[in-house]
Amino acid sequence: MKNVTGKLLTVFILTIIPLSLFAKEVTLLNVSYDPTREFYEEYNSAFAKYWLDKTGDKVTVRQSHGGSGKQARSVIDGLEADVVTLALAYDVDALHEKANLIPADWQKRFKQNSSPYTSTIVFLVRAGNPKNIKDWNDLTKPGVSVITPNPKTSGGARWNYLAAWAYALKHNNGSEAKAAEFLSALFKNVPVLDSGARGATITFVERGIGDVFISWENEAFLAVNKLGKGKFEIVVPSLSILAEPPVAVVDKVVDKRGTLETANAYLEYLYTPQAQELAGKHYYRPRDPKVLEKYGNVFVKTELVTIDDVFGGWQKAQTAHFSDGGTFDKIYKR
Amino acid sequence: MNKNNVIPGFGLSLGYTLLFLSLIVIIPLSTIIISVTSMSFGEFAAVVTDARSLASYKVTLLTSFFAASANLIIGFITAWVLTRYEFPGKSLLNAFVDLPFALPTAVAGVTLTALYAENGWLGAIPAKFGTKVVFNSWGITLALIFVTFPFVVRSVQPALEELEKELEEAAASLGAARFQTVRRIILPIISPSLITGFSLAFARGLGEYGSVIFISGNMPFQTEITPLLIVTKLEQYNYAEANALALVTLLTAFAVLFALGILKKLIRRIPA
Repeated sequence: MKNVTGKLLTVFILTIIPLSLFAKEVTLLNVSYDPTREFYEEYNSAFAKYWLDKTGDKVTVRQSHGGSGKQARSVIDGLEADVVTLALAYDVDALHEKANLIPADWQKRFKQNSSPYTSTIVFLVRAGNPKNIKDWNDLTKPGVSVITPNPKTSGGARWNYLAAWAYALKHNNGSEAKAAEFLSALFKNVPVLDSGARGATITFVERGIGDVFISWENEAFLAVNKLGKGKFEIVVPSLSILAEPPVAVVDKVVDKRGTLETANAYLEYLYTPQAQELAGKHYYRPRDPKVLEKYGNVFVKTELVTIDDVFGGWQKAQTAHFSDGGTFDKIYKR
Repeated sequence: MNKNNVIPGFGLSLGYTLLFLSLIVIIPLSTIIISVTSMSFGEFAAVVTDARSLASYKVTLLTSFFAASANLIIGFITAWVLTRYEFPGKSLLNAFVDLPFALPTAVAGVTLTALYAENGWLGAIPAKFGTKVVFNSWGITLALIFVTFPFVVRSVQPALEELEKELEEAAASLGAARFQTVRRIILPIISPSLITGFSLAFARGLGEYGSVIFISGNMPFQTEITPLLIVTKLEQYNYAEANALALVTLLTAFAVLFALGILKKLIRRIPA
């Protein structure tokens, strides 16, 4: 009996010691924005499994969600995020500009503008599309009520606005003045300016206000599949914008916490087919062409312009359109 | 100092008071002023007198004023009923009064909007007559009435409890009409607490954000409140301008609290 116990003990010790000597327990904090909650919940367990198999380290990822700008401000004010996965590059830029937490060229550090998945802006209309809305110009017609959040307080609404602007530029031979008129007509049809994307979803879906809701594609799918089955339809306009939600490792935090390697791997893994599959499942457009093809019947192909091509990047777009005195303010100027 | 005080030592307790008032109120508020000093006076003036800022003050001040005034009446009647009558379920009703304080204001905003929207239970009735309660100033006032409801009730209640019924009976026996009793006996005694309730509700209304943004529609120049404008500045990482507007709100609230405080003192001196 003693012998058996001794043997078992030896085996036990031999298995435990190497693990406990080399295995680490790592925690990461991923600071993200609202609609990615469900995606990252699934992704985190997939990554934890992958990382345990590869290195023997046990990694726990904590998540924080909220409005993209608010989340960036929390990190600037000292929330120790190892990685940020926000709605716009402008908010990640702020981490460099306001607190120097990351270098200026952060967006070059991961593939494809550091955006492992993309989305776009589509229309959500009521079942049967009673106002026959097919494209952006239908949104400026009198009698059509449009729901979109306020671009000054909502990152998602900035994509909405810029997509409409890009459409107007294309159909007016690049005339900025005509584009401004177009946006002005569109916002005349907006009865309520919610401060965030989820609030606007509630206004359209629950309160029954508006004929069309300009929305992230993934939020629109959520509304169609979960909030009101059979009550809504998605309309993809002839031109929209390629929304690239970026990801970044926060250098100052990972240096301090010694989590650089894990944090990098966490974001790298987003580009693998497994993770791309998860992104597609949660209605984000996968970057991987093979995975995207699998979801070909979900994501309608349409002309997608990028913010760099049309607006020269986020900083320029922000200054020209959304900062105080920009074109958006002019729409409401009295 | 009075040796019979329960808490010993005036010096010690005043020091304690000042320490915590500083840590919790004065220092945080003074950082707003420090942040504002990063702007020149011209920049500050431009921000706080911008047409959009002015429009937002108008909305914020008027709705806060109407909400506080409405609570003056609603709160007084509620406090009266709770102190003067005995009825079953009274302590339950009494407990309900404070609930608006406990509810997250965003939940209050979403709930009120759901109820009073055109397709909501209560909003459907005015909708039949072609009027709307939400996404306009009425909606903002409604939300503010809700979140500031307990202030007047809780300020007036102790004064009404102190008010001796004998005083009213004496007035009546001397031939005073009911209105005279109210005007010359009750009002002078409880008006300081009514003013307290009003000023607290008004000041709270100036800063309220969570419940209002869901019900107001947030249209620039029409239903945009000052706190929303402050958040808009923060979204642009423009801390100094946000704090400039916050400072205006604070100064307004302080001026109102201070002025009404003096009014209270004056009222006490007027012979009934």
